[in-house]
Amino acid sequence: MAVASTRKVLPGFGLSLGFTLAYLSLVVLVPLSAVFLKTASLTLDAFWQAVAAPRVVASYKLTFGASLLAAAINTVFGLMLAWSLVRYTFPGKRIVDALVDLPFALPTAVAGIALTALYAKNGWLGQYLEPLGIKVAFTPLGVLVALVFIGLPFVVRTVQPVLEDLDTEIEEAAASLGAGRWQTVMRVVLPTLVPALLTGFALAFARAVGEYGSVIFIAGNLPMVSEITPLIIITKLEQYDYAGATAVASVMLVASFVLLLIINGLQSWTDRRAARAS
Amino acid sequence: MAAIATTGALHSGAARFEANTATRDPQWVKGVVLALSLGFFATFLLLPLVAVFVEAFRRGWAVYIAALVEPDAVSAIRLTLLTAAIAVPLNLVFGIAAAWAITKFDFRGKQLLITFIDLPFSVSPVIAGLIYMLVFGAQGWLGPWLSEHDIKVIFAVPGIVLATIFVTFPFVARELIPLMQTQGRDEEEAALVLGASGWQMFRKVTLPNIKWAVLYGVILCNARAMGEFGAVSVVSGHIRGQTNTMPLHVEILYNEYQFAAAFAVASLLALLALVTLVIKAYVEWKAPALHNQIEAP
Repeated sequence: MAVASTRKVLPGFGLSLGFTLAYLSLVVLVPLSAVFLKTASLTLDAFWQAVAAPRVVASYKLTFGASLLAAAINTVFGLMLAWSLVRYTFPGKRIVDALVDLPFALPTAVAGIALTALYAKNGWLGQYLEPLGIKVAFTPLGVLVALVFIGLPFVVRTVQPVLEDLDTEIEEAAASLGAGRWQTVMRVVLPTLVPALLTGFALAFARAVGEYGSVIFIAGNLPMVSEITPLIIITKLEQYDYAGATAVASVMLVASFVLLLIINGLQSWTDRRAARAS
Repeated sequence: MAAIATTGALHSGAARFEANTATRDPQWVKGVVLALSLGFFATFLLLPLVAVFVEAFRRGWAVYIAALVEPDAVSAIRLTLLTAAIAVPLNLVFGIAAAWAITKFDFRGKQLLITFIDLPFSVSPVIAGLIYMLVFGAQGWLGPWLSEHDIKVIFAVPGIVLATIFVTFPFVARELIPLMQTQGRDEEEAALVLGASGWQMFRKVTLPNIKWAVLYGVILCNARAMGEFGAVSVVSGHIRGQTNTMPLHVEILYNEYQFAAAFAVASLLALLALVTLVIKAYVEWKAPALHNQIEAP
């Protein structure tokens, strides 16, 4: 921590903070405030009609439902993948570890068309799933697949460092006190991972809720069935219904801000846990 | 802001757990967990990546090359490069300025400022496009003034650049802030005491300390800038040869059932992603202390 006597020794405070605030305001804060100002210009009735129309409500259910499910799937498999990367030796580990971040680096539109090609009726995976009665492309299941793709790194990358820093002494103590391996993992190791798992879950969920590019190709975008909320916003914009689009956007923004608060809380919990452990 | 993975210890580390009877999983457990996790990895990450390249070359090299040299594709590539060439340097300068102000000085509201800087990551890309429509669009705040002066922002290149700046806004700053926070201010203060000018101090002390983090932030920022779809799609207007970036060009080709061409352009973007991951792994190897920050959504 800085002591009072060292304040403003270094140069550039006014310039760097001034530029930061100006750029932040111009690029982010002022444009974002437009959403709420535009929404505020609507009457309550008009706002309600825009955000609670059956087609919009159906899109909330799909967007939030599929995002929750995808985040849950990613929590389970992300934990296993993080566990494999930290605890096991296996060939090709370096490549697997680097490719886990692929969804961060691959443009969403590319992911979207690739997933659609895989799961379409005649695709590599679709041709085997379709005879079993499992339709993925152009159904809500397709939305889920895309959201699993983009959410995976969040869980792996939050759990992995916590698992790495975990002191082996705790497990040694458990083992020497007579606990079986299963007991040790379930009652000693997993509880310490809970904050990281929840954080990863929340990050994956928050990302999935706003996702657009990877979903729209595979979703089929049938109103009431496989239409996500971001697409509703785009459709309204294309119909020049700026007010309606903005109203729906304000609902999504509020949801995102609530999630952001929850994530910040979870992360400081994770950090406190880590600080106590070390 | 999240998690920190030091990948340096990762690859040598696992043997340590497998040698210790207290931390070793039974062989069959290892087999099952590996099979499940790697199977999941292969199905959800590897297969889509492979599919991009297989589909791109399905009709052979000639079709592949033709799809890339066709005028609309060339102009999409050019626009994507131009957009990144503007957005990335601006966000780089911003990132360094913000990190400098936040980590080298004390002032009130710092935590709030950090939260605001992260904000674009929690906003849906579609909303990122929408907000610029509300400011610059025909029905927007500045719309009438802009059309009076014959300036086009929306459905033109400036709108695409703005939307890209928004979605890539936090990348450099959020790499630098945690790193420079742990580095403190002592070295810079020592340089000044020893008579360095402000610029000398920055160039000879600060920059060498943060160069890997800067590179890290820049490559992630660049990958997102070149690949952004949702935000750009809202403000672009999809005018072929004029306001189409590569991801938008992929969409158009795909919707016209020109699958081989769509995947050919997509394969360039996938290649960019792979190069990004290679550089990222290299930076993590060169600077293992560098925190592997997760981008929040």
